[in-house]
Amino acid sequence: MSRTHVTCTINGDEVEFLAFDGQTLLDALRDEVQLIGVKEGCSTGDCGACSVILDDMLTCSCLVFAPEVEGRSLTTVEGLAEGDQLHPLQQSFLEGAALQCGICTPGFLVAAKSLLDKNPDPTEEEVRYAVAGNLCRCTGYDKIVRSILSAAADIRETM
Amino acid sequence: MKYAAPVTVEEAQHLLASDEEAQVFAGATDLIPQIRAGRKQPPLTVDLKRIPRLVNMRVEGNTWVIGAAVSAAQLSSNPDLAVDFPGMTEAAALIGSDQIQSRATLGGNLCNASPAADTVPAMIVNGAVGVIATSEGTRMVPVSDIAIGPGSTCLAPGEFLLELLVERPPLRTADAYLRFIPRTEMDIAVVGAAARVTLAEDGVVESSRIAIGAVAPTVLRVDEAEAALAGRVIDDDLLDEIATAASERGSPITDKRGTADFRRHVVGVLTKRVVAAAAQRAGGSQ
Ligand SMILES: Cc1cc2nc3c(=O)[nH]c(=O)nc-3n(C[C@H](O)[C@H](O)[C@H](O)COP(=O)(O)OP(=O)(O)OC[C@H]3O[C@@H](n4cnc5c(N)ncnc54)[C@H](O)[C@@H]3O)c2cc1C
Ligand code: FES
Ligand code: FES
Repeated sequence: MSRTHVTCTINGDEVEFLAFDGQTLLDALRDEVQLIGVKEGCSTGDCGACSVILDDMLTCSCLVFAPEVEGRSLTTVEGLAEGDQLHPLQQSFLEGAALQCGICTPGFLVAAKSLLDKNPDPTEEEVRYAVAGNLCRCTGYDKIVRSILSAAADIRETM
Repeated sequence: MKYAAPVTVEEAQHLLASDEEAQVFAGATDLIPQIRAGRKQPPLTVDLKRIPRLVNMRVEGNTWVIGAAVSAAQLSSNPDLAVDFPGMTEAAALIGSDQIQSRATLGGNLCNASPAADTVPAMIVNGAVGVIATSEGTRMVPVSDIAIGPGSTCLAPGEFLLELLVERPPLRTADAYLRFIPRTEMDIAVVGAAARVTLAEDGVVESSRIAIGAVAPTVLRVDEAEAALAGRVIDDDLLDEIATAASERGSPITDKRGTADFRRHVVGVLTKRVVAAAAQRAGGSQ
């Protein structure tokens, strides 16, 4: 099996890896780049656990072939915190008990970041649409939605 | 499975000529799940998104030229497109979640040839035409003739869709699209219906086009309803008449999403609602 050399920017750093033929971005991030924050829930685009931001657009990494990201820029959940300082979304998920098993959490955080980057003051309905592509089988969603709204308020205050 | 990302149409054609089983893709939102399910195993996948012509949209003269690999997010956020084709724009905006919107394309929605594809009825009522790259150059095929059955298109091996051409609508004309799904997001249409209505100055229907999805192997025009509308003012009796015509037009199946009887009923309801919505827009109110 041949491998393709891929260079891209991940969370601000230039990264190179070798992708196997047919490998998805999800598998390459986890297996070749060792960024295991990105999770596999379904691999068919339905659960959003594998969400990443690819050139400013929220995307399921399970529906991207790894070599597609050549020369492009990615944000994964690992890119949210600054050093030891959690991102306001992460802090508010913790405080709002917006996670239980946690497998869906990286996807929700990335989807929420993508929303807040574009719309710092979303309505509850906008938040619910923005995470419609993310499934959680533990929390019942309400705590997640409230945590996103409260993080949005925190971010607006500090701006 | 190899991956290639040509940057010109010619380069893509060479790649496709090198292997009959090579498969083009854009967003891969249909392709990757099909590969994972073992339904497809192309030796070579050709990514069309690095070819500028396929990822741009513009108005040329009186015609919208929409690259086959333009994303649904790009389409549904284009304010000018939404003015000309509110229905086609809402159909594109219905596809999947934000994660899917950033990837899904019109070309993929059409060439995947699912009878439930949301944008296809909306493209058909607007008379959209596909420009197909062939070994000799290009050929033009109406969108209504591209999908010929579930999962199959009229494209020959080596051919692919370059762009979609849609004439800007005449005066007092508007389109609309509605689908039925059991929830508000993230589901495949149980039934879909699109309409485009042109009103005369006095408010009677001058002409109309109606297309229904997910009630037959391909999207269908409802000629009988279109004929019934011509020259008349839309009222409740007329809407009931076209609902019946739409219900009788399809040959739906029973599956986990709904029974054939349910689909027949719902396609009638959606048809009258979508015609009323298009007519209202054509009359100047959104
Ligand atoms: C979670 C999820 C939700 C979805 N929701 C919806 C929905 O609500 N409504 C809906 O209609 N669909 C939905 N889909 C299906 C899919 O997203 C759409 O059909 C989408 O438009 C396909 O576009 P694509 O670019 O991703 O196609 P791809 O997967 O890239 O391609 C699909 C097929 O078309 C062919 N193809 C693609 N581009 C071309 C071209 N230019 N020329 C020739 N052949 C081409 C490919 O070879 C392949 O066979 C959903 C999918 C997922 C995973
Ligand atoms: S793993 Fe990608 S959407 Fe579920
Ligand atoms: S916390 Fe378990 S799936 Fe969301």
